[in-house]
Amino acid sequence: MNSSPNAGPAIEFRNVGYRLNNGSTLLRDFTLEVQRGETLVLLGRSGSGKTTTLKLINRLLTQSAGAIYVDGRSLDQWDVIRLRRMIGYVIQEVGLFPHFTVARNIGVVPQIEGWAADRIQDRVTELLRLVGLEPQLASRYPRELSGGQRQRVGVARALAADPSFLLMDEPFGALDPITRAELQREFLALQQRLGKTVVFVTHDLREALLLGTRVALMEAGQLVATLAPDEFLHSTDPMVAAYVDAFKTEVSPVSQDNDEPSK
Amino acid sequence: MNVVQFILQNHTEVLELTAEHLWLVGASIALAVLVGIPLGILITRWPLLSKPVLGGANIIQTIPSLALFGLLLPAPWIGARADRLAILALTLYALLPLIRNTYTGIKGVDPAVVEAGRGMGMTDRQLLWQVEFPLALSVIIAGIRVATVLSIGVATIAAAIGAGGLGEYIFRGLAMVNNQVILAGAIPAAALAILADTSLGWLEKRLAPR
Repeated sequence: MNSSPNAGPAIEFRNVGYRLNNGSTLLRDFTLEVQRGETLVLLGRSGSGKTTTLKLINRLLTQSAGAIYVDGRSLDQWDVIRLRRMIGYVIQEVGLFPHFTVARNIGVVPQIEGWAADRIQDRVTELLRLVGLEPQLASRYPRELSGGQRQRVGVARALAADPSFLLMDEPFGALDPITRAELQREFLALQQRLGKTVVFVTHDLREALLLGTRVALMEAGQLVATLAPDEFLHSTDPMVAAYVDAFKTEVSPVSQDNDEPSK
Repeated sequence: MNVVQFILQNHTEVLELTAEHLWLVGASIALAVLVGIPLGILITRWPLLSKPVLGGANIIQTIPSLALFGLLLPAPWIGARADRLAILALTLYALLPLIRNTYTGIKGVDPAVVEAGRGMGMTDRQLLWQVEFPLALSVIIAGIRVATVLSIGVATIAAAIGAGGLGEYIFRGLAMVNNQVILAGAIPAAALAILADTSLGWLEKRLAPR
């Protein structure tokens, strides 16, 4: 199982638990494998432990039980700074540095990795194009951008040093529906080209089914099921079905009342 | 004879006392910056220290300035010269706004920004100097501003222990029961305070993020 780094799963959780100091358990007996090049979506409602799971991967949190492997190596054998620099990280609040220009924001990891200035500049231009932004935006500050542009910069920044992993925590959650749909489409196209190993957190079933190669449903700190998108919709697992149902009612409450009598 | 005439007639002395005043304030603020900012940063890293450090700085500020000058008098080396003693006392007074503003400034940086930096693999030092400190800078400058204005006021009392400064006129005027002499010390001191307040306020605005 612990063979060469490139053979096994890209990320592996083995019986992982996470408990706060006050004793409450946020994650229990969590076992999951993320395959190389796939987009694994962690789906679940608020407080189900998705974000906790994500932050365990780049050691923003440290598990209290079990083991996590990245590239076949246990996390405690990784130098945490090295680990984080090979994992791109995108969050809902974007977290762009307000005092840096777009170019400096995107170039942060290359800069702390000691790249030469002109190489960083080329990379920034390349990345701006990649995420569909005009290179002229490079000299702007985050406050001068729209929400969608900011999130694109966030994605570009995460990709800057060409990491093999990408962790995305509800990256499109704060956007209006049209911009969100646009970014989702672009993410799919981008992922097809780049083939990163992506762990994507969302509570939006539609987003999960659209973007995920597999969808892992979480509830109360536990993994309910890991399914391919088409399996997910037809699963007989009561919790999965409940999530799908809840979403159906949420989408069209009026037409449902009119078209079909309640079950 | 009015105040303006008095100041004009004694302009050499007024300038000398102003220079002394500036020396007391400048030296103490510089020392307070050198001590207070690192202390403020330190207690963001060791939260256990934050209560005792802030509490200590708070207590120092509640000591009446005249009493503080007196309390420091027996200190070796420091007590030997009045200006040293005044500078030390003023430094102690200036510590609280500096420590507190450095601490709250860094603590007040958007947690999403800090988390993004950490998640990208910034070391603690990179996070501090590239992200937290620059984003806290305007709040820290605000602390320097408060400390400076405070020091300019308190430094007038340093004349009571013979440390010079514009307080000389104030105490001399009090002894002579002469308002013009009092004002000849008070007005330049007030002008210094206003000048420091506006210029540091301008700097604070310029450095504010967003």
